[in-house]
Amino acid sequence: MPPPASQAHISVRDLTMAYGDFVIQRELTFDIARGEIFVIMGGSGCGKSTLLRHMLGLLAPAAGDIYYSGHSFSGASAEEQETMRRRWGISYQTGGMFSAMTLAENVALPLQLYTSYNTAEIADVVAYKLALVGLGGYQEYYPAEISGGMLKRAALARAIALDPEILFFDEPSAGLDPISSRLLDDLIMELQQSTGATVVMVTHELASIFAIATNAVYLDANSRTMIDYGNPVDLRDHSKQAVVRQFLTRGESTDTNSEQSQRQGHE
Amino acid sequence: MSDSNASFKLVHEDDQHTVLMLSGAWVQGSQVQDFAALSKELHAGAHTALLVDGTALDEWDSTLMAFMLQCYNYCSEEGIDFDTRALPAGAQKLLTLATAVAPHKQTESPQEHWLAALSPSRLAGQAGDVIMESLAFTGAVTIAMGRLVTGKSNTRFEDFRHFCYQAGPSALGIISLTSVLVGMILAYLGAVQLQQFGAEVYVANLVTIGVLREMGVLMTAVVMAGRTGAAYAAQLGTMQTNEEIDAITTLGISPIEFLVIPRMLALVVAMPLLTLYADILGIVGGGIVAGGMGISPLQYISQTEQALAVHHLAVGLIKSVVFAVLIAVAGCRAGINAGRSSAAVGQAATEAVVTAVVYLIVADAGLNILFQAIKF
Repeated sequence: MPPPASQAHISVRDLTMAYGDFVIQRELTFDIARGEIFVIMGGSGCGKSTLLRHMLGLLAPAAGDIYYSGHSFSGASAEEQETMRRRWGISYQTGGMFSAMTLAENVALPLQLYTSYNTAEIADVVAYKLALVGLGGYQEYYPAEISGGMLKRAALARAIALDPEILFFDEPSAGLDPISSRLLDDLIMELQQSTGATVVMVTHELASIFAIATNAVYLDANSRTMIDYGNPVDLRDHSKQAVVRQFLTRGESTDTNSEQSQRQGHE
Repeated sequence: MSDSNASFKLVHEDDQHTVLMLSGAWVQGSQVQDFAALSKELHAGAHTALLVDGTALDEWDSTLMAFMLQCYNYCSEEGIDFDTRALPAGAQKLLTLATAVAPHKQTESPQEHWLAALSPSRLAGQAGDVIMESLAFTGAVTIAMGRLVTGKSNTRFEDFRHFCYQAGPSALGIISLTSVLVGMILAYLGAVQLQQFGAEVYVANLVTIGVLREMGVLMTAVVMAGRTGAAYAAQLGTMQTNEEIDAITTLGISPIEFLVIPRMLALVVAMPLLTLYADILGIVGGGIVAGGMGISPLQYISQTEQALAVHHLAVGLIKSVVFAVLIAVAGCRAGINAGRSSAAVGQAATEAVVTAVVYLIVADAGLNILFQAIKF
């Protein structure tokens, strides 16, 4: 197993994911540099979300390991894992907002648990976090009372409550209209730029992938491993794998697309 | 974390321009002065422009940003020009992001006293709503039953067997326990009183009549309300959350026919059988206590035989059918009318049990008066 690259923020090494005997993906090895917006892509059922759940430590790898800033995650004790997790912000596919709590209480929960802020300071920070995602003034609303797009942004507000170093997103724009999805992308990008956090997201929204991703890995469902890695625009134009080019062009790419890619290259 | 504390200072450059000098470490855990202190100071002087100077800032995080947002909101309210040029670039960007959307003004709902929820008129209104809803639901169920009888109903009988199993055999364990204990309690209660007259042997009559007419069926119903009624509410509530009920409705199927009727019929079939079972075990439970009080098993059995009459048994069984319908109505109504969140499903289950128990007791009282009147 090659040692994790020293400058990488997250290093996945020889990771094999399996449910019992059923292997989902094998021998995944890639690095995510600090400050990147990294996309895990692939067709439905290829194990994207499973990979994310492994990275979050919700599932244990069948083989291999994941390193955060050079520290093994599965080799760490439960307490060390807890400490590592505290520097992450996670936004789940359906938001994962606690439905019995108001938005303010949702965002305040991690602050109450893990910071030394007093009640008044927490209220100020919550107001700021909600304002960041464009939900200023929605403190007293319950998750059931706001729209899907607002719910995703509220989940983002909770994810960034502790000023995380890594932000994980599972299908952030799933179920959103194009405008809301674009706004969410912009928000993620601007937050990334101003906080310098590393962003890892699972998505197959091509528009978002091209708009914000700096690097990506493609998981193939047939060969059950990663078949390409790199900048998504690069992959679309120059990937050696026809599947990846097809994925990134919604199946419109043919094998004789060299002309098109040349044109793109000259632009 | 730096040991120097976060602080700010207002410097008046001239009449109108003021500089807010920030210094120290504005991070979580450092001592930050309240924004109220600044707003008081700002309020005292007439300012038209406020420049934030962050050059002396050590390190910063959301603590600073929360403070800046308050400054921004205050300044925009007071019409003060808020200038952030001298802040670190990251902080400027974050502040722009945070102020891109104007804060939502919540439509003020008048704050009400916490005891207001207990006001009799409101409670009566709520109870009225529940009763009206239940009546409407019962009406819909009656119509669905009519369609079932005339063979026009879309009821799925594949589910029916499964519900019967859930409501019947899988409840036997808990029913055994409660009914034996209830029989024993009745026997104790009676024996202590009857002993004073030397009439212990009549414990058998008391237990038999008490269990058959009243306690057997009532305890079974209460257990089933907690067990099956709550389960129905949770199942249908989850279906409401998953949009399954919408899907059923838009397929042109009445959710009442499709979901409620099989559940209700299963309970109507299971309850009399469970009641019969509970009656037998209740009498056995009474016998155990009677045995402990010196009544021989033979005596107990012969006394029980004397007390046993078909009409006592019938009263219990009639009640069991009525109770089954009430439990199913309470459970299914709470489930179908549930809201669309996980909290609402829990609420529906609670409501199902509470309304079912209230219905049971009211119906039991009513039926007893009726049977008394017709001397049944």
